[in-house]
Amino acid sequence: MDVRKLVQDLHVVKNIRLNDRHFLLELVAPETFPMLLPGQFVQALVKDSPSTFLRRPFSIHSVDYVNNTLRLLIQLKGAGTHHLSLLREGEPLNLIYPLGNSFSFPQTNDVLLIGGGCGVAPLLFLSQFLRQQHQIHPTMLLGFKTKEEVTEIEEYSRFGNVHVITDDGTEGEKGLVVDHSLIRDGINQFKKIYACGPEPMLRAIAKIAGIHHIDCEVSLENTMACGFGVCLCCVTATQTGNERVCVEGPVFNTRKLKWN
Amino acid sequence: MIDLSVNIAGLIFKNPVTTASGTFGYGDEFRDFIDLGQLGGVFVKAVTGKNRDGNAYPRMSETPSGMLNSVGLQNRGVDYFCREIYPKIKDFNTNVIVNVSGSTLEEYVEVAGRINELAKIPAIELNISCPNVKLGGMAFGTVPSMAADVTSAVRKVYKKVLMVKLSPNVTSIAEIAKAVVDGGADVITLINTLLGMAIDAEQRRPVLSTITGGLSGPAIKPVALRMVWQVHKAVPVPIIGLGGIMNATDAIEFFLAGATAIQVGTANFIDPQVSVKIVAGIEEYLVRHHLDSVNSLIGALRTD
Ligand SMILES: Cc1cc2nc3c(=O)[nH]c(=O)nc-3n(C[C@H](O)[C@H](O)[C@H](O)COP(=O)(O)OP(=O)(O)OC[C@H]3O[C@@H](n4cnc5c(N)ncnc54)[C@H](O)[C@@H]3O)c2cc1C
Ligand SMILES: Cc1cc2nc3c(=O)[nH]c(=O)nc-3n(C[C@H](O)[C@H](O)[C@H](O)COP(=O)(O)O)c2cc1C
Ligand code: FES
Repeated sequence: MDVRKLVQDLHVVKNIRLNDRHFLLELVAPETFPMLLPGQFVQALVKDSPSTFLRRPFSIHSVDYVNNTLRLLIQLKGAGTHHLSLLREGEPLNLIYPLGNSFSFPQTNDVLLIGGGCGVAPLLFLSQFLRQQHQIHPTMLLGFKTKEEVTEIEEYSRFGNVHVITDDGTEGEKGLVVDHSLIRDGINQFKKIYACGPEPMLRAIAKIAGIHHIDCEVSLENTMACGFGVCLCCVTATQTGNERVCVEGPVFNTRKLKWN
Repeated sequence: MIDLSVNIAGLIFKNPVTTASGTFGYGDEFRDFIDLGQLGGVFVKAVTGKNRDGNAYPRMSETPSGMLNSVGLQNRGVDYFCREIYPKIKDFNTNVIVNVSGSTLEEYVEVAGRINELAKIPAIELNISCPNVKLGGMAFGTVPSMAADVTSAVRKVYKKVLMVKLSPNVTSIAEIAKAVVDGGADVITLINTLLGMAIDAEQRRPVLSTITGGLSGPAIKPVALRMVWQVHKAVPVPIIGLGGIMNATDAIEFFLAGATAIQVGTANFIDPQVSVKIVAGIEEYLVRHHLDSVNSLIGALRTD
């Protein structure tokens, strides 16, 4: 599907601090959104940050077509995300969007969504989409560092069953997402897995999915320069050669990746 | 009436703003953002003899006012280009110029010969920053005799406008420029990326899989301006200047240093519409300075 990409100033409706390391940016577009799909991302232009030369990519966290707003869930990393965290209501943010492919639509109801860290970001949009467009009630497994970072559970719960695991066990089970009982004991009830998070986590999930013959899609976060397919900086090795994470991805079926 | 057009070795560009190879894909990717017909030309990404998968990820590191890349000329090879890409780009309403790369002299000659047959491609740009695998990996563009040899070998098979794009990683850029002009270059493009390196101190590892890579963006503009100026004084052929151009003022600086046209590279990643904004900005500058043509700016730096 070829939707026209836009370079556009959106405006901040809300900037919500969730905890020490995360905030939500709600942005309103000047005109009706084109079709946006779960898994797609935006490239944000960070102004007034001399050390932030390139745009910064963020997944679409949720979309409200009625009010023409979208949300980004952002983890503070360096100067770029710090400057975005200072944006105030009414200020513009220039985006190039929508970018990338999307998660595919499952042929089954037995769907598991796994997110770790800021990898939970695209899963809210995905669960919303599965529920509203496909009447699927997904199971979600969300991994966080610690209790303070467990946020928006009510939001995810509107679209499916949510399970939480924290690194330190302060909420839900203790450990990494792959340590959760849902994965250790209950993985065979699922026919499709969608995962997003740090690459070591995705590789571990891909391995488990492979062993249990479960179809698995992961969303990658390779560093990017352009985000729209022209620089070839973001590639990942696939069975058919190096492919661009920003165009052929960010979502890849793990069968396609050269991870073994 | 303001005239933005320039004549480069007999080829007319409707304005002096073009886009740099490797930063503009095949042009097609920008059609959502701009009307390609508003540009003087587009330089499409490197074409080599055979399919190349490029280097391993990571291939990019952001640096102060710029970036390093080690893409490694990933492309599907000249057959694929002629069969699949050319039909899609040949009717763009602008000059479409192909960047020709290789790892042996024979490969350059082969690719240039094939592109010569494509009626709607009026020029090629030889990228001589590539390492010569037969001569220990030394880049063609860093030794005057090698630069001259590859230029004259291509000149024999290529009948249209021959541009040669110089590497800045040399002691004397003027010497290389003279060598390629002696070899038959009609036009000189400069500069390609500067060799650089980025280190992740926490991991104590290089950021790029190749350890070193090519630096581009505003960080290299002063070096590029200096080299355009030196080449302008050294050889009589037209120059296409680039390196860190982000806006119309940067472009004007390159004209003053001696460039007849410019290329916009890394800036396309940050603002995919920047090239057409630069066209408008140049026009605005000419109006403000009561000039009727860009030609009056070329090499017009006042040094008295
Ligand atoms: C397709 C895609 C979607 C993304 N979605 C989200 C999202 O929804 N929410 C979110 O918070 N982040 C997301 N990211 C990661 C986000 O883009 C980076 O964290 C951000 O660019 C860091 O910018 P900075 O200037 O604050 O930090 P920098 O100063 O650039 O970097 C600080 C540290 O973060 C690391 N870093 C930088 N870029 C990345 C990256 N792409 N992946 C992993 N580590 C990186 C650097 O190595 C460095 O150690 C996404 C990345 C991609 C490619
Ligand atoms: C990602 C990337 C890929 C590039 N690929 C090529 C290439 O294939 N052939 C070439 O001659 N130059 C290539 N270049 C160099 C640019 O064309 C240009 O010479 C250089 O980036 C300096 O200009 P800039 O600072 O405006 O980007 C590439 C640059 C970048 C950033
Ligand atoms: S980031 Fe430029 S091609 Fe993907």
